[in-house]
Amino acid sequence: MLHLLRQILRTGIRTDAYPAPDDTMRVRAAQFEAAVLKRFGRAAAIRHVDAGSCNACELEINALNNPYYNLEGLGIHFVASPRHADILLVTGPVSRHMETALKRTYDAMPEPKFVVAAGRCAGDGGVFGTSYACLGGVGDVIPIDVLVPGCPPTPEDLMRGILAAIAPGQGKTAFGSAPTEEGTNGLSPLENLHAHGG
Amino acid sequence: MKTSPPPIAFEELASAVPVRRGQVDPDTWVAHCAAVREGGGRLVALWGADERAHSGNYALHACLAERQGLTWLTLALNDAATSYPSLHAIFPAAARMQRAVRDLLGLQAHDAPDSRPWLRHNAWGEHQFPLRKDFDAATAVGQPDDGYPFVPVSGDGVHEIAVGPVHAGTIEPGHFRFSVVGEKVLRLEERLGYTHKGIEKRFEGLSVEEAAPLAGRISGDSTSAYAWAYAMAVESAAGISLPARGVWLRALLLERERMANHLGDLGALGNDAGLAFGLAQFSRLKENALRANQAIFGHRYAMDAICPGGSAVTLDGAGASRLLHELNVLEDEVRRLKHIYDEHAGLQDRLLTTGRVTPALAAQLGLSGLAGRASGQAWDLRVQFPHAPYDQLDTRMTTHRAGDVAARVTVRMEELLESLRLCRLILHRMPPGPVAVPCRIPPGRRMGVGWVEGWRGEVLVALTLDDDGRIERLHAHDPSWQNWPALEHAIMGNIVPDFPLINKSFNLSYSGHDL
Ligand code: SF4
Repeated sequence: MLHLLRQILRTGIRTDAYPAPDDTMRVRAAQFEAAVLKRFGRAAAIRHVDAGSCNACELEINALNNPYYNLEGLGIHFVASPRHADILLVTGPVSRHMETALKRTYDAMPEPKFVVAAGRCAGDGGVFGTSYACLGGVGDVIPIDVLVPGCPPTPEDLMRGILAAIAPGQGKTAFGSAPTEEGTNGLSPLENLHAHGG
Repeated sequence: MKTSPPPIAFEELASAVPVRRGQVDPDTWVAHCAAVREGGGRLVALWGADERAHSGNYALHACLAERQGLTWLTLALNDAATSYPSLHAIFPAAARMQRAVRDLLGLQAHDAPDSRPWLRHNAWGEHQFPLRKDFDAATAVGQPDDGYPFVPVSGDGVHEIAVGPVHAGTIEPGHFRFSVVGEKVLRLEERLGYTHKGIEKRFEGLSVEEAAPLAGRISGDSTSAYAWAYAMAVESAAGISLPARGVWLRALLLERERMANHLGDLGALGNDAGLAFGLAQFSRLKENALRANQAIFGHRYAMDAICPGGSAVTLDGAGASRLLHELNVLEDEVRRLKHIYDEHAGLQDRLLTTGRVTPALAAQLGLSGLAGRASGQAWDLRVQFPHAPYDQLDTRMTTHRAGDVAARVTVRMEELLESLRLCRLILHRMPPGPVAVPCRIPPGRRMGVGWVEGWRGEVLVALTLDDDGRIERLHAHDPSWQNWPALEHAIMGNIVPDFPLINKSFNLSYSGHDL
């Protein structure tokens, strides 16, 4: 136990400054009023669907929870049911064998819902293209709000894309500080984001 | 004196690993496999090909690991006779591979016990075969899924739990059907194939350069293993010999890939067993390694860094010193964490005896890679058939006999430390010089094979190039094929809540399996 505590102290807090939302990743205009988006000041819940990826996109999504990125520190967390989700994060080209499961997940989510397609494959099928087995990009199957580039997309870009989905038009300079310094005004980082963005 | 069955006329195939090829008839197909099994050998891969344009026949191929190396057997079949004797009784791992051959090519193992489709769900029809040359890759069939006939389990108080294909956590899609009494699992049946992307069809007709990025994305977490196996297959087919530095760089990338994945898994396994501290610590160390990759090789997972002809990345003195420094820091941290894991009673309690695969069962199933080594299966290509630079590295193999989650944690921990040692050795001894040569394919139809010990197990790529040097057929085999069936056994008698932990301890690839 002593070793464990010592290691925690030795490690300290390693979280990087959070990136700003990147509106250039948006593929369609915001569907909801600022008032609705404000609702996400506290928390946003993500449901992830791998629609047929090579699995490297998943490595980067998992990295979002390592201490450097600490996505949960933003109040954004992954949930086990689409019914509790605000954001659908989709990776991979959509394989024909995953088409039904993807559509069902999308349909099961309550409004307002946002779809973030992550990775080159999610854009247009990537190296796997379109074929008897692949339907191409996620936008060919369900409506998407944001497309995050990269193969795989970096964790920073995933964060920028997720934030662009729920906090569009906030601008890069609008973003609050890293959680190491956060908390002084009693607001969560996402709330800070909204506060700074006006 | 005449022996029965007749001996196979083998020819050696030029490759970085020892490979011999031979044509067989249906009787020798079975007899040779039985003899290999008898001698302690294994089935590595089994696949089919439409070679009608070349020879008028379909071909059924198998690669076997024997003491002297890899044996590649080919059995010719034709439109009049598309069935062949099943190998499932000799190698249980063959069963699913044969079902996949049926789905993709319409070649049927005539005495196989399970006639259900395996990779085919609804993307194509029962009488369509995507890997036949007359099947157009753009064909959009898509039919309603009529439901897969899972094996029913009945009995007092038995009920079923169906999970997937979409899971609660961030993992790949697959379906698990549990039959349970109370919390205890009586039986697990897996259904895979959800991520089938038609990868092997997509390879057809590509040039060797065009195909390289696709090969590196068959299972993204093993990009270096696949890229190397693919490049080795191309070099084997084309008779290309590599500059030494290019090969040493590949080994550096492969060992770093092993390190990164083991770091990630060790954290996730700690977490699944209730020690969130482990995830925070190990995921931080993994992130450090990925950032170093980005800084030095231009990509966090070093995708596309290995290419036919050598390596597409270089390493200068400053990069090497940075890596060496980070390896030293990492080793200290890993040793500290290993000590904490070893001493943590609560953690060990969750890991010990959970999800056991005994050495006897592992041998029967032909378990591969790290999961195999954790169940006493002492196979590691880096040790048994060490191609350059492993022939100069004297890799230490780690095995364990307990076959439980704890053993798979221990093997990862030891292999991680060994990879750290290997990386240091490579950085100190890597020869200077060019890292790649032009990849020229001589004219004529050619075959090649690549076989690489990735972090999960052995990755095999078998390649046929056509007269124009384009890909006629590429088969990529992931070690998950051998290990998925073992998971069905490992969970038996355990409780449902332990499934995520047991599943993670194997950490098998869906994408690499579904292709
Ligand atoms: S975008 Fe790249 S990393 Fe992501 S699934 Fe596609 S090939 Fe894999």
